[in-house]
Amino acid sequence: MNRLSVELPGLQLRNPIMPASGCFGFGKEYGGMYDLSLLGAIMIKATTLETRLGNPTPRVAETPSGMLNAIGLQNPGLKGVMENELPWLEQFDVPIIANVAGSEPADYVEVAKTISTAPNVKALELNISCPNVKEGGIAFGTDPLVAEELTSAVKEVSQVPVYVKLSPNVTDIKEVALAVERGGADGITMINTLLGMRLDEKTGKPIIANVTGGLSGPAVKPVALKMVYEVSQVVDIPIIGMGGIMNAQDVIDFMSAGASAVAVGTANFVDPFICPKIIEELPAKLDELNIEYISELVGRSYK
Amino acid sequence: MIIQDEMIITSQQEIAHNIFEMKLQGKLVEEITAPGQFVHIRVGDAFDMLLRRPISVAEINPEEKEITIIYRAEGDGTKRLSEKQAGDLVDVLGPLGNGFPVEETNKGETAYLIGGGIGVPPLYELSKQLTAKGVSCVHVLGFQSEDVVFYEEGFNALGDTYIVTVDGTKGTTGFVTSVMEKLNDDFATFYSCGPMPMLKAVQEIYEGKKGFLSFEQRMGCGVGACFACVCETTDQIEASYIKVCSDGPVFPAGVVAL
Repeated sequence: MNRLSVELPGLQLRNPIMPASGCFGFGKEYGGMYDLSLLGAIMIKATTLETRLGNPTPRVAETPSGMLNAIGLQNPGLKGVMENELPWLEQFDVPIIANVAGSEPADYVEVAKTISTAPNVKALELNISCPNVKEGGIAFGTDPLVAEELTSAVKEVSQVPVYVKLSPNVTDIKEVALAVERGGADGITMINTLLGMRLDEKTGKPIIANVTGGLSGPAVKPVALKMVYEVSQVVDIPIIGMGGIMNAQDVIDFMSAGASAVAVGTANFVDPFICPKIIEELPAKLDELNIEYISELVGRSYK
Repeated sequence: MIIQDEMIITSQQEIAHNIFEMKLQGKLVEEITAPGQFVHIRVGDAFDMLLRRPISVAEINPEEKEITIIYRAEGDGTKRLSEKQAGDLVDVLGPLGNGFPVEETNKGETAYLIGGGIGVPPLYELSKQLTAKGVSCVHVLGFQSEDVVFYEEGFNALGDTYIVTVDGTKGTTGFVTSVMEKLNDDFATFYSCGPMPMLKAVQEIYEGKKGFLSFEQRMGCGVGACFACVCETTDQIEASYIKVCSDGPVFPAGVVAL
């Protein structure tokens, strides 16, 4: 048996490493640099019903040990993703997790209904936590009842398991986690970015055109780790953890905190080969810890 | 093909006030296909300055597997880069972007190369390649002031070169347009790289002429995946947004909404 393999609802992962949504496009760019079949899974960029052009620029700004982004869900829309992006990804032996977003519940339902029928989409990731769009996104992820209702509406139409991506920009993330679990979520992915801003030194004005952006990178790892630690102890569904993962040790940390698998986001921008590099480093890390199968790590921080 | 290369610094020097010229050696050089392509550089191993810095290639030396980059040490990242010395290794991703189309100007024709500030460097390799195939190059290069002018001699050796400074400390006083207005428009192609207002002015003055503009934008990944560095387009093309890093940085004049 493969020491790195992980089994999750809808997902047979050869390893627990997957690029995070929004940090990997639809795979084409990185697919030109290495074999995407090496990955555990791929979380593709958010798909909305209609084409989205996203926010004005500048959309990114570096911050100490991190970065802010406010891309604004730019994507070719459901039709474009179904006709071009997903079929292209079929050449790789890798499960796809489709990130679904919208302005209102009906959008989510319609996207979920269609995209979950694509042969390589093995799970959905419900995006109720994007901090960079005016409507939808985070608005669905900060009120537990709204999150629960949206989750159950999507569950009703989806052909594949549904994971819900949680926002850290709430008072108590456990409440939202429990709510989506009640709504029928098969798993949780967490965390999305933390809201932040950066000012231009000379003008004093925000650098990001959207004024605020989502903070990611190593700076957010302690926050993410703490939230995974808390949520994993109150829900019975698995967690795919993320937030500032840069190397194999960070993967060990997130799984120890309670994640069953992890997603790598911002690190792809720093090193486009980071996912295969981490996968290659993991067995030696397990040896160091005298651990045979990586799943044995899950939740060892409190077990 | 885009590769990640640990390139070795063969030289680094300050060639004008806060303007650094760095020469890098490595196998990445074999992958470069056009002048105007850029590289994405990590300024250090630590994660405090997380993102790579996009810097254009100013000169390519295939025999030595060496490239020259010229950058302004303005922010913390480029300052850290400027502290590196010959012999140090740098993590470089590239080559990125499409570059300037040399083939759009024929032997015997004239090309105008118009650059502003830190947009001047990629025009140097472009001019070398155009000149080598028998194109006459005219350079109009704008800078803030005399202390940040660089490569004047190098450009002079390749063709007519007009230097413009905003404060008038060297050459013509004003902007590149101050010189362009006096030149005739008897040329085949224009190529330009510099700040957005300059590109806009150049495109307006040479409306109807064949030209190529190289753009700058805050970048994330540099390879087209993060959708950070987009530009809005005019109705000349179908796509409403294009990515500077992977669709560009060079676009035909008229494609980007300015």
